Amino acid sequence: MLYLYLLAGGALAASLLKDRNKTKKALQAAWKMFIKMLPMILGIVAAVSLLLYVLPDNVIAEYLGAENSLAGIGFALIIGSVSLLPGFITFPLSGLLLRQGVSYTVLAAFTTTLMMVGIITFPMERRFFGTKLSVYRNIAGFVIALLVSLCIGLVYGEVF
Amino acid sequence: MEQKKKKPVVLYVFLGLYLLFVAVSFIINFEPGKTIFDHFTLFVVDMFKLFPAAFILVGLFMVWVDRGVVERYFGEYSGFRGHLLAILLACTTLYPFVVVLPMASDLYKKGAKLEIVLTYLGASAICRIPMTIFEATFLGIPFTIIRYAVSLPLIIVSSIVIGKLMKKKQAKMG
Repeated sequence: MLYLYLLAGGALAASLLKDRNKTKKALQAAWKMFIKMLPMILGIVAAVSLLLYVLPDNVIAEYLGAENSLAGIGFALIIGSVSLLPGFITFPLSGLLLRQGVSYTVLAAFTTTLMMVGIITFPMERRFFGTKLSVYRNIAGFVIALLVSLCIGLVYGEVF
Repeated sequence: MEQKKKKPVVLYVFLGLYLLFVAVSFIINFEPGKTIFDHFTLFVVDMFKLFPAAFILVGLFMVWVDRGVVERYFGEYSGFRGHLLAILLACTTLYPFVVVLPMASDLYKKGAKLEIVLTYLGASAICRIPMTIFEATFLGIPFTIIRYAVSLPLIIVSSIVIGKLMKKKQAKMG
């Protein structure tokens, strides 16, 4: 996060030195974009907070650690698709799940869908890229997650 | 490519109900409601700490990176190199998906090829450097290497396929 601010500060300073007018325009554009997206962002966060209550960590662990690994992968794909977690929560959580006996295969399915498939952010994506393209993109993400998880399973010797 | 503006009624209704739910929870001391709101504030604070810097960067990007640059590196004839550059750009992403979206849409408007925008979007989800460090720490470096090796080629392939699909649709409509 510090790097982000250093980068933004540096870029802003460089931009100011080069062209004040353009910099002003950039800041105005940034502000307008932020205001336009604000309700959507709040909506997403509200939805996530509800979801996290319905699906707390231990419930997730229980389903993902299912004896039947195929069911585990299935749950992982679904939970990962509907949830939205920031990276700094996702990976510590995955580390925790790993220690509780959840397989690498299932974790790969979970983390990849978390990152690539966003049911919660779908309304927002649709506004920028249209329904059809967003649907294609999310389906592709889902398939990629499945393939990644199978490959991880093969390499770690967890499937077949 | 932004859709025509219509008021997102559902969103406002949802936010209104959510607010009402939280307010009522606090009045009648309903514990689940309070827990949910705790999560809400935690996430909002966390995200909003990033937003000023993230939006400034995107704003600067929009103003300084003009059509010519985008077309040269990410345009119709950028080919495989365009995909590689999109992945490199994605790796340096430091902000959430909601900020990546307007940036990707700006790239597209400035003449980037659709499949390259899609590669950028996909790669920004899976190969951010800060996130990767986290992942390797908690799940091990081999895990991360396999995930990269499998998902990046698939992202490029799927982007090309989706790009072609969308093009066909447009041609049909036209």
